[in-house]
Amino acid sequence: MVEHVVLERKQLQALLDELKAREYQIIGPTVRDAAIVYEELSSCDELPIGWTDEQEGGTYRLKKRADRACFGYALGPHSWKKFLHPPRVRLWQASRNGKSFQIQEEKPASGKMAFIGVRACELHAITIQDKVFLGGTAVDSIYRARRDGIFVIAVNCGQAGNTCFCASMGTGPKAEAGFDLALTEIIEGPEHYFVVQIGTELGKDVLSGLRHEVASRDQIRKAEVIHSTTATQMGRSMDIVGIKELLYANSEHPRWEDVAKRCLTCANCTMVCPTCFCSTVEDVTDLTGEHAERWRRWDSCFTTDFSYIHGGSVRATAKSRYRQWMTHKLATWIDQFGSSGCVGCGRCITWCPVGIDITEEVSAIRGAGPPPSDGGSGKESDETGA
Amino acid sequence: MAPLLENSITTGLGVEPMLPKPYCIQRLRHETDDTFTIELAPENSGETFSFLPGQFNMLYVFGVGEVPISISSDPQDVRTFQHTTRIVGAVTRGMGHLKKGDVVGVRGPYGTPWPVQEAEGRDVVIVTGGIGLAPLRPALYHLTAQREKYHKIVLLYGARTPEDILYRRELERWRSKFDLEIQVTVDRGTRAWRGSVGVVTTMIGRSPFDPSNAVALACGPEVMMRFAVMEFQRRGLASENIYLSMERNMKCAVGFCGHCQYGPAFICKDGPVFRFDRIEPIFGKAEI
Amino acid sequence: MRQALEGIIGEHLFFKGLEERYVKIVAGCAKNVRFGEREIIFREGDAADQFYFIREGLVAVELMVPQRGFTTLQTVGEGDVLGWSWLMPPYRWRFGARTLQPTRALAFDGKCLRGKCEEDHDLGYELLKRFTFVVTERLEATRLQLLDLYGAPA
Repeated sequence: MVEHVVLERKQLQALLDELKAREYQIIGPTVRDAAIVYEELSSCDELPIGWTDEQEGGTYRLKKRADRACFGYALGPHSWKKFLHPPRVRLWQASRNGKSFQIQEEKPASGKMAFIGVRACELHAITIQDKVFLGGTAVDSIYRARRDGIFVIAVNCGQAGNTCFCASMGTGPKAEAGFDLALTEIIEGPEHYFVVQIGTELGKDVLSGLRHEVASRDQIRKAEVIHSTTATQMGRSMDIVGIKELLYANSEHPRWEDVAKRCLTCANCTMVCPTCFCSTVEDVTDLTGEHAERWRRWDSCFTTDFSYIHGGSVRATAKSRYRQWMTHKLATWIDQFGSSGCVGCGRCITWCPVGIDITEEVSAIRGAGPPPSDGGSGKESDETGA
Repeated sequence: MAPLLENSITTGLGVEPMLPKPYCIQRLRHETDDTFTIELAPENSGETFSFLPGQFNMLYVFGVGEVPISISSDPQDVRTFQHTTRIVGAVTRGMGHLKKGDVVGVRGPYGTPWPVQEAEGRDVVIVTGGIGLAPLRPALYHLTAQREKYHKIVLLYGARTPEDILYRRELERWRSKFDLEIQVTVDRGTRAWRGSVGVVTTMIGRSPFDPSNAVALACGPEVMMRFAVMEFQRRGLASENIYLSMERNMKCAVGFCGHCQYGPAFICKDGPVFRFDRIEPIFGKAEI
Repeated sequence: MRQALEGIIGEHLFFKGLEERYVKIVAGCAKNVRFGEREIIFREGDAADQFYFIREGLVAVELMVPQRGFTTLQTVGEGDVLGWSWLMPPYRWRFGARTLQPTRALAFDGKCLRGKCEEDHDLGYELLKRFTFVVTERLEATRLQLLDLYGAPA
């Protein structure tokens, strides 16, 4: 029996305080540097109240809303992977010990995090990264330590972004699983409240100390209308039927050359993508050579270093690197982890400086998009050379 | 492409997969001016180290870095193990300056092994070039230790010049004492060289193995393996009976960093040894 | 004796599929030959009127390089064809050939076969088809050798 309750807007701070009392570090959206980013919050005043975002390929702007919605935007450049799979982390330290050396493991992160404002697509992204870091024979202990014990407050999207296509990927816009509480924000005239779907016993327990009412059928219906309306507003769509076979069969499609002319290999897409997980290892030492450390940091398949062996890179051209990223995200990920790597959040489209649109690239390879530029078979020439 | 991932083997992971364990250098021998063999043993003399032929370790030189190198010694020896490597960068260069008694960090063993069980009762053809012989040496030790389980064993080995031929003494011993058919060829001869000159792949066509009952193992530069596969297929060897050892950039060796991806496979855990039919759709494709 | 040669030629991979009457012609221009170790089969610059099938042994295809001496470019062995300079003018060997081990071979009278190919173009086509294959294989192998795949990385 799915339980829905109603939490008044005024109660939001009490919810954060309850989590703080339970020793959660609260991470949520806030406005900084003209974007909505995820940071530690102490008060719900820090939420992006009254802000929305306008997104397009290569474009992101914040705009003021007419109302005081707390979650009236789509998505910013940050994703929750920043906290579960940190961009830079030390793996161990070591010091020389005669001819040998002694390694000191890093203590796993202590403390629990509460995420507030997690979108449906982001819930799927977390599940996808769970598969990568926890689902194999080897387990990433850094991810696990941070992942265990997070408290998730999902927020259903009240509007879809221009670059969103979660509906195509089956990852939204409504949060279905993986949360302790899922909020739908409702503003009607003077009324401002959240219809809260309870996801876990823990979520129920957290709410138990706060003033809340059981949600009426009418209120639940209002939330449902918002969900279904949002689903129709998607700015993009992607046909993913047979996409794995399509990409496996088209490694030499002329469209790759086409996108390579535009792609700067800047790696923005891999940094904003909530599922990209590639990392690299840096071994460093101090000047005396007595002390060494190993660090792990995010890496991107768009760099030439990424595939470097034996004096050269396997993927030297931009074409091969774009193809690698897109084929991994939409096709080989399925063979590796049992699902697509893409959740349709649209960040890669918004944050690409030249606005490359992954949905458009897929269409083009299907043959549904604009015709690819002529190449490969040569142009017939006039033999007389006139 | 689905069957690609069946054969993943992950051994030796322990509690924290990214922590190297110190091992003591027993010997470091320079084989040629750019190749050396390092022999390692656990710091604790009671401990052992086991691996399967074809697997690799991540070797860490304190303060310099870590590289994946195939294990190249006899798998029956559990007290020590060896790696033969070329000097190709800062880590291998640093390693080449170390001496007996120095310590390197080891993580491993990782990866899928050569199919020495599947090859029982059949001819085994091994084609290798350059440093590619090193990852096959453990397989050769295994094959000779259980010689009676195999039919014909053929080794075709191409080196750059006669000075670059590795493991000469062993090659002689295997040829004479264990009934292995060994052919060595060089890309460039010297005045004193009276043996074959020419690429190793040209020897496959005439090699005395029965393609209807044989297993081929190949390791070396990718171009060499590409042409070797063509020659094997010309002899009528099915793709399911050809095994290659692939290589890509590696950072973690446990399937997290994403660097070693080759199509849908992670070379660190789905490879480095691949049955050819599983990689045939992408093998040889440019920049994959 | 002639029939034994025909048998060997007819079975050899190189002549596979050749009509029997052509096998007879080719056999008519062939004879068994033997070389010891380090024996010169032909020298650079000599008239190229023969080609060989190596039946056993190892032969170095070599070039005289000043300061380096006789340099082996490639070796050919059992089952290989040696020599194609007999096919085109000026019918002179561009490389030398010297045995590295005792070698048995079939030697074919190229001059005679050239004449027969001029008379019967079908025979000419059949032989050229086969020699083209040998030359392309040799070229492919040489290209791989040139890549210096085991050399220092780029």
